[in-house]
Amino acid sequence: MAKVLVVTSGKGGVGKTTSTAALGAALAQRGESVAVVDFDVGLRNLDLVMGAERRVVFDLINVVQGVAKLQQALIRDKRVENLWLLPASQTRDKDALTDEGVGRVIADLRTRFDWVLCDSPAGIERGATLAMRYADEAVIVTNPEVSSVRDSDRIIGMLDSKTVKAEKGERITKHVLITRYDPVRAAKGEMLGIDDILEILAIPLLGIIPESQDVLRASNVGSPVTLNDAASAPARAYFDAARRLTGEQIAMLVPTERRGFMNRLLGRRAA
Amino acid sequence: MRDTAKPMRQQVRLRGRSYVAFVFAPVVPIVGWLEEIDATLASSPGFFVGKPVVLDLSGVDLSRSAIAHLVGSLVARNIRVLGIEGVEADRLEPSMPPLLSGGRSCVITRTEPLEKREAKPKVNSLLLETPVRSGQSIIFTEGDVTVLGSVGSGAEIVAGGSIHVYGTLRGRAMAGVNGNSAARIYCQKIEAELLAIDGYYQTAEEIDASLRNRPAQAWLQGEIMRITPLN
Repeated sequence: MAKVLVVTSGKGGVGKTTSTAALGAALAQRGESVAVVDFDVGLRNLDLVMGAERRVVFDLINVVQGVAKLQQALIRDKRVENLWLLPASQTRDKDALTDEGVGRVIADLRTRFDWVLCDSPAGIERGATLAMRYADEAVIVTNPEVSSVRDSDRIIGMLDSKTVKAEKGERITKHVLITRYDPVRAAKGEMLGIDDILEILAIPLLGIIPESQDVLRASNVGSPVTLNDAASAPARAYFDAARRLTGEQIAMLVPTERRGFMNRLLGRRAA
Repeated sequence: MRDTAKPMRQQVRLRGRSYVAFVFAPVVPIVGWLEEIDATLASSPGFFVGKPVVLDLSGVDLSRSAIAHLVGSLVARNIRVLGIEGVEADRLEPSMPPLLSGGRSCVITRTEPLEKREAKPKVNSLLLETPVRSGQSIIFTEGDVTVLGSVGSGAEIVAGGSIHVYGTLRGRAMAGVNGNSAARIYCQKIEAELLAIDGYYQTAEEIDASLRNRPAQAWLQGEIMRITPLN
């Protein structure tokens, strides 16, 4: 039975697209068949992070509107064979998405894949609500700062009221993924601590991704960080998060100050 | 052998029995009074079915034909008049209900049909078993709101009665919105953006920093909002 997972946050720039690509690639490397779907119509990015921008022919809007078939629009990853991308359209906007059309595409994807990861656009409007509409689970990407946490809280409220599952009276499974966690700044009290975030959001923690230049470097070469440098700290954190998604129990590693300090040093040299 | 019995005269035994009768005391204008009867019938149809009804005409001065019309109007509403009182006998026609006297007042307890409608218990509290998230607005003007969880920053709770938060209150809480100045706000941890009771409010800036992150309650003392620790 396929699982449809929405990666969402409310706030922009917190790492939704990076996390979608990294988690998708991590799951695919574990042998699961995975489709990553870009819902950011008009501002698509997932194709770039996945390194597939030069192979886009048809897109999500074409499939939603019935212009193209799903198999025509799906792009197979060159590195991991059971990882596929359904790109968004860059020339259209979110109004081109219809509830009924998205429902049809998601239902079709469910029959073909183990995991369908929907990369939500920022905001709480049509694109974001349709990305979460048919999801079974949600990963809420949060940065350790108050504005991001409050937006995440808002999104959780919407997940509990505006999804098909919620309307049926069921509960959508929610995880918080803390990204751009900087242990040095956390130690100085310049960022919200992990406990503070979990206390506010009151949902289970999926993983803590340390702030790292590895993430930026991977994006720049068009590769999910879990494919580009599987040994890097953020990649390892994403791998653990992916295993937790499949139901495994893994001890949570809070990035330590020392390693964060090293990352910063290395980061500066490589940039 | 045939026993032929001569029919004997049966003695008539008279027994007394008392019923409680509804007394209708019409007032002028009769048309308006009949409308009141209609309204009662609309809210509980069949309320007068099988109940004795006595017409008390002492409050009005009606002619013979007017009395006939009134009785007719009641019959048309399926109300049978058992007797009439408070009027001179010469105003009544033989076909009309008889003139009664000697009635005593008593209290009538309204039975079944009407009571069933009012029996519905009034909901006067709202229980939320999940956290109230940022951007959500809970409005319950009928009574108290209880939240088992936190109220997020940017969320708001509006209650006619008191507000109880078993968690951290980070959003806005507005209690006693219908003018209930006795309403209070309770929370396990106070980090509220705004507290209001019956229109009197305080924002986060005005709430004493020493109270922050502690269990607290807010109530009104005259026109002053008091916020004190709960333990």
